[in-house]
Amino acid sequence: MSTSANVGGSVASTNGKSPASAKKTGRGAKVVGWADERLGLATAAKKNLRKVFPDHWSFMLGEIALWSFVVLLITGVFLTFWFKPSMVEVQYFGSYAELNGMHMSEAFASTLDISFDVRGGLMVRQMHHWAAMLFIAAMLVHMMRVFLTGAFRKPREVNWIIGGVLILLGIVEGFAGYSLPDDLLSGTGMRIADGLVKATPVVGTYMSFFMFGGEFPGDDIIPRLYMAHILLIPGLILALIAAHMLLLVYHKHTQWPGPGRTEENVVGFPMLPVYMAKAGGFFFIVFGMCALMGGLLTINPVWKYGPYDPSKVTAGSQPDWYMGIAEGLLRIMPGWETHLWGHTLSWNIFLPGQILPVALLVTVLAWPFLEAWVTGDKREHHLLQRPRNAPGRTAFLSAMITLYGLLWAAGGNDVLAVLFHLNLNHITYFMRGAVFVIPVIVFIFTKRWCISLQRHDNEKLLHGYETGIIMRSAEGGYTERHLPISADSAYTLTARDRDQVFVPGSGVDANGVASKDGKLDGVRGKLSTALFADNMQKPTAQELEEAHHHADDEHAHEIEAGLDHSADGHQFDGRHPVDGEALRGDH
Amino acid sequence: MRLLNRPLNRVAGRLSRHRRRPLAGLLVMLLGLFFTGALYAAFAPASADKQNGTDDAEIAQGRELFLVGCAFCHGQNGEGITSQTGQLGPSLVGVGAAAVDFQVGTGRMPMVQPGQQAAVKDKVYTDDEVKALSAYVASLGPGPSIPTEDDYSIDHLSKDEQREAIVKGGQLFLANCSACHNFEGSGGAMPEGKKAPSLRKTSDKHLYEAMLTGPQQMDVFSNGNIAPEDKAAIIAYLNSIEENPGYGGFSLGGIGPVSEGMFAWLLGIGGLIGFAYWIAAHSARSEKTEHSEETPA
Repeated sequence: MSTSANVGGSVASTNGKSPASAKKTGRGAKVVGWADERLGLATAAKKNLRKVFPDHWSFMLGEIALWSFVVLLITGVFLTFWFKPSMVEVQYFGSYAELNGMHMSEAFASTLDISFDVRGGLMVRQMHHWAAMLFIAAMLVHMMRVFLTGAFRKPREVNWIIGGVLILLGIVEGFAGYSLPDDLLSGTGMRIADGLVKATPVVGTYMSFFMFGGEFPGDDIIPRLYMAHILLIPGLILALIAAHMLLLVYHKHTQWPGPGRTEENVVGFPMLPVYMAKAGGFFFIVFGMCALMGGLLTINPVWKYGPYDPSKVTAGSQPDWYMGIAEGLLRIMPGWETHLWGHTLSWNIFLPGQILPVALLVTVLAWPFLEAWVTGDKREHHLLQRPRNAPGRTAFLSAMITLYGLLWAAGGNDVLAVLFHLNLNHITYFMRGAVFVIPVIVFIFTKRWCISLQRHDNEKLLHGYETGIIMRSAEGGYTERHLPISADSAYTLTARDRDQVFVPGSGVDANGVASKDGKLDGVRGKLSTALFADNMQKPTAQELEEAHHHADDEHAHEIEAGLDHSADGHQFDGRHPVDGEALRGDH
Repeated sequence: MRLLNRPLNRVAGRLSRHRRRPLAGLLVMLLGLFFTGALYAAFAPASADKQNGTDDAEIAQGRELFLVGCAFCHGQNGEGITSQTGQLGPSLVGVGAAAVDFQVGTGRMPMVQPGQQAAVKDKVYTDDEVKALSAYVASLGPGPSIPTEDDYSIDHLSKDEQREAIVKGGQLFLANCSACHNFEGSGGAMPEGKKAPSLRKTSDKHLYEAMLTGPQQMDVFSNGNIAPEDKAAIIAYLNSIEENPGYGGFSLGGIGPVSEGMFAWLLGIGGLIGFAYWIAAHSARSEKTEHSEETPA
């Protein structure tokens, strides 16, 4: 309640009658004192517990990823107690009658045991899987927020790259975990991974044999994946999360522009108690969501898939959602191959399986540097941009999301075909064109949409907001009253930079100092034009001044004409109470 | 041996003397025909009217129905019609009663319009009419007859044998059927707008008939390919996974990771973002009005 007052440190918050007196040190204080004398906690805590974070829902998306990772660690440890990462053939005699007496790998048998013979095992297994799906999804959503608001700009480029690597590691980690049960679906997935590796020119076959310890499926892949899944990749993820969070603390959190918020400060609430409570509470919500989904929604029913057997396959063989775009790329790729001196180069797998996903990731990771190069902006940015104020960037992300969505849909083309009674082949043909055409259309559409919103902001600044009050003039014409927006809102709307389009070949820099033209200046100029030339710039101070004078003049005219009586609409805007006006009761 | 051989040789010698007579060739040919016929009668699938004990009246009723509902595409005598643009309806000679019972009994036939695949719809004929139609088509030529409950049920087996049959049926299902019909029989897509239907609501008899006759895009799984008791085992497996409780909770359509991904995004991420919004909207400050104006739109 009175947090802000206390932080301000103004006056005592109680009116006690008796003077304060030193109490005897409590037991807790003794323990804390003992620890502080040895660990120096107070100094570190003093600074960090009072660390200020700004408040906005979109700043909590990364937290979903963090907390679902914690859920993954907890549930994952539980699963390791019973999972046996071995491809030794055993006979199953567990509780699931439909597979009784079947020969299968020990990995699959132990997965069945966890599901049917370990108390709570199936729920924890499902929680683990749902948390993995949420982990990667939350990272992507968080990344989209950072991208849309320009939070990746200097000094946060490195953190952007760490985030991108975390997503890549998360996907690899998820795929490794998905493959561990050695069921029909995961084996089919491994077969695709084997195909991807084998499609590498020249060395593919050697790499595959090295990976599987012989011809697919071999006996080694499950123990190897297990090591990667529970040790190597989680270790890397943990280390990178630590680096990500340390940089977050070091850079301080970005914030939305507004009155009192500058590039030099952070306006918000302190870590203790506000964010401790909010973030801690959010952990329990994320845990609860995982538990709810794990308890109620079937995920990866391996007992129905049965043990992996290379001769079997099932309709609806799809990977988990985060591999969906790779699946889609593979499904829509035409069957191109080149035969050279008795060797086959499988472009149909090499391109969609290895080149394109990496190219997509590199493009996204390189964006901050690309944008900084085009703008030539070397300043630090701690104030966020609204998505509409970077139309080119917002449009680029929209196009990428569209491409991602199309590839997702292509990966599930069989499900779409059945669900919507479509021709499977037609979906594939459509997608082959759509992945090139539709993102471009979406780019253009989003860019124009953003520019329209910018135009609307300028309208609000210059002519005020639309009150919704329709005025009828003496002549019978109708107009809507516009009233000026508040100074705070106007500040927020104008708290952004003007875009500058880079024009190559001027020979001098912004300060008039001669500079040599870069080789790529032409490209830079074109990109700069594409990204910034069409944007609406905020009105200049002079324009705002004129607009206000204009409004004042109008107002003066109204007063002269006797129009400024109690029914001019002012009383309905919530800021201008008019005495004696009872038109709307207590308003 | 010699004692026995001598009289046989004598008989053979006597017969051999007649081997160049004019009638000998005819006699041999007649004998050959007789044995061929006898062998055929012994081994060929018995014609349907004998097996099902159907009478001529039922066949006649079936023919009446056939002429009204089926002959337009399949021809007046079920011989099939080939038009200039392709085949209108295939010949039904030899498809057997099982095929009719499946196609008409599941509402696939009569088709409303030509298409990639006959769509399942409400049954048009009553059970008696289906029986009559089956009898008529079966009378056109020998083919698989309608299976009885003994064929598609494993109830006559002991408990242990039933359990074994279900396990075996599961293996056969995953090896032969799941590639098109999905791991729990939810169905799947086929090229060019065709599809493998869901098996969840299909009756045991129709499952058996489908394997036996290979309707639409499906292969024929003859009794030599999958033995009758194995067909029954597959059906038993499907029934058993259908009867199992949903061990993991709601099945999400039983179509694998696509629907799981949808739930992760819509329910999981959607729900958690909703909670994030809720948490951020509850400011630590007491006066909310002061705060609400600051949030950028």
